[in-house]
Amino acid sequence: MKKDIILAGVGGQGILSIAAIIGFGAVESGFQLKQAEVHGMSQRGGDVQSHLRISDRTIYSDLVPLGSADLILSVEPMEALRYKPYLSESGWLVTNIHPFLNISDYPDMEELMKEIRIVPHHITLDANQISKELQAPRSMNMVMLGAAAPFLDIDYRKLQDGIRFVFGRKGEEIVEMNLRAMAAGKKQAEQEL
Amino acid sequence: MKRLMLLGDEAIAQGALDAGLSGIYGYPGTPSTEIIEYIQRNPEARQRNVQRTWSANEKTALEEALGISYTGKRAMVTMKHVGLNVAADPYMNSALTGANGGIIVAVADDPSMHSSQNEQDSRFYGKFALLPVLEPSNQQEAYDMPRLAFQISEMYGIPVMIRLTTRLAHSRAAITRIAVLPENEFHLPTDPNQFMLLPAFARKKYERHLSLQEKLEQEAEQSPYNTYTDGPDRSRGIIACGLAYNYLRENYTDRECPHPILKICHYPLPEKLIGTLLSACKEILILEEGMPLAEETIRGLLGYKLNIRGRLDGTIPRAGELSPALVRKALQLPDLPRAGIPAVVRGRPPALCLGCPHADTYKALKSALKDYGQGHVFSDIGCYTLGFLPPHQAINTCVDMGASISMAVGAADGGLFPAIAVIGDSTFGHSGMTPLLDAVVKKSNVVIVILDNATTAMTGMQDSQVEGRVEQICQGIGVEQEHIRIINPLERYLNENVSTFKEEIAYPGVSVVIARRPCIHVYARKRGRS
Ligand SMILES: Cc1ncc(C[n+]2csc(CCOP(=O)(O)OP(=O)(O)O)c2C)c(N)n1
Ligand code: SF4
Repeated sequence: MKKDIILAGVGGQGILSIAAIIGFGAVESGFQLKQAEVHGMSQRGGDVQSHLRISDRTIYSDLVPLGSADLILSVEPMEALRYKPYLSESGWLVTNIHPFLNISDYPDMEELMKEIRIVPHHITLDANQISKELQAPRSMNMVMLGAAAPFLDIDYRKLQDGIRFVFGRKGEEIVEMNLRAMAAGKKQAEQEL
Repeated sequence: MKRLMLLGDEAIAQGALDAGLSGIYGYPGTPSTEIIEYIQRNPEARQRNVQRTWSANEKTALEEALGISYTGKRAMVTMKHVGLNVAADPYMNSALTGANGGIIVAVADDPSMHSSQNEQDSRFYGKFALLPVLEPSNQQEAYDMPRLAFQISEMYGIPVMIRLTTRLAHSRAAITRIAVLPENEFHLPTDPNQFMLLPAFARKKYERHLSLQEKLEQEAEQSPYNTYTDGPDRSRGIIACGLAYNYLRENYTDRECPHPILKICHYPLPEKLIGTLLSACKEILILEEGMPLAEETIRGLLGYKLNIRGRLDGTIPRAGELSPALVRKALQLPDLPRAGIPAVVRGRPPALCLGCPHADTYKALKSALKDYGQGHVFSDIGCYTLGFLPPHQAINTCVDMGASISMAVGAADGGLFPAIAVIGDSTFGHSGMTPLLDAVVKKSNVVIVILDNATTAMTGMQDSQVEGRVEQICQGIGVEQEHIRIINPLERYLNENVSTFKEEIAYPGVSVVIARRPCIHVYARKRGRS
């Protein structure tokens, strides 16, 4: 078992929570894990990524090698494409299609979607819309985690435990909301498969 | 004992705690910040009352560590690479005074400058000071090394550096803890003159330090962190330092590496081990994260006679961090197939947050300066450096911490009017007070804007040493009371703030304008609490 994952987004969109939950699920499943995070300068609305590596054998590099990611999970469509060089030929790109507009030269949405659809294995969903419908607008990241769940090779219940672990401090209501968001994302992805 | 999932930074912190740490000292700086932060929130550290407050800067931090070491206790100092420039004076001199209680200088380098104004390799400082350096290749070693570092430090009476780089500092993996050592008891140096560097003493201490070198090299030869692994294909031997070892192994996950490998994570360079590899192999590939320290040393002046590949011959780029792909190329293995970045992808640089107080200060300052043309604003390092970028475009320089004030003083000397310095509150505490004293003594015609957002925002909201004391400090240094002005950087006070700047620009002497409004994240946190 080996899963190399690139998590992508914009500072403040919550990719480190996604990393923590997948990481929890991986460790609970008895896998090895390495997770490289971005701190510092890149957090002020700039692009951020995290490299998450899961394996049943020793993991050496903290970084995913170019061309070997099994999954790019992005909470923003343009950011998904920034890491395309990491994707392996058989890898999946799972991305939110709701753009985060904080730059003046953001590309044309049609062109962007065309590029995303070129990737042989991709899943796209509007996670902002789904989280809004669930009245859980702050759980967009959990919708995306759910959408990636079918590709993780980690028991779904362990991801649910991960949510409880990460959000437990914030109370039962927040935990429930995030669990619902993850379930909705998973359902959407399964429909697209 | 229990396994923990820790960042490289956190692993060093936990490792030092478990090796009997009594005090940690440092100033924030990416990628080193999480070392102290981990200890600050660690319940055992709190229970043991390990000293763990931030210091004003890296120099005071290292000297405070020397002080606690004088009392026999174990200390660790943390900083980013450029912090060691600030602390270079005590670091170099501590090689001669040595340590009583063990001292670790933990420095995090940032090759590729993810969050830094330059890239430099702290191992060169180790070589310069003739002090040992340990360089973990993974999180477990980051946890284990403080124990060995304290041991060497106390055995030979010298500080030991632990050097790590961004990718290890900020990457998480599981570590296994081992038994916790007790802290040292209070005991003063047996030699009462140990920390006395009058020339007559210093000369003797330098002799002693030089004579230690053979033993320090012996330690490196026998270190568990420097290992030689033989391989059948001796057309090439590989030296992999620190993190580079992982990138090497990453390229041989499906089979053993056929070449002999010397892994080096403990310096000074182990000459005998290197000699063994050199005599066994036709060509040597040297992989180092940072600058070519091992490569330069081994190659020497006449090294063209040796067949050495690395950063100096272009096998690996001279600048920037390593990656699995760069190492793969150096090994002459074929690239994994991969796509390029599609052309629709645009850059997304970091920016000041919406509602940031610095943005309002810049707006007022720019308006006050609009009749003077470009090039008047010397700035410094912090979130506010992002004021260089559009739409603000309000500052002209960023060099090193504190340089805003000193450069404004020099530029005023050179005839620039107005000469404005813009400096954050934490940066002011770090190294703004001394150039302010210069300005006051010379009666420089400068306006110094202190951006008091009540925190050290750039590195993730650490306490600012000068919080609640900025005016008193300026007064104490000798700035005239009526030229210490406080503004509230909010849109609705824009006109007032522009006038304040204009008045102080018109005053031919030292003015300080304190722009005071908390960072929006500090504001949100405080409101959340009350
Ligand atoms: C010698 C040195 N030490 C540490 C740093 C890392 N560093 C850069 S900016 C900064 C803090 C700035 O805080 P402040 O001046 O209050 O500005 P703010 O980010 O809050 O706007 C630090 C610690 C550095 N660049 N150089
Ligand atoms: S973190 Fe605070 S100081 Fe930094 S840009 Fe945002 S609001 Fe401004």
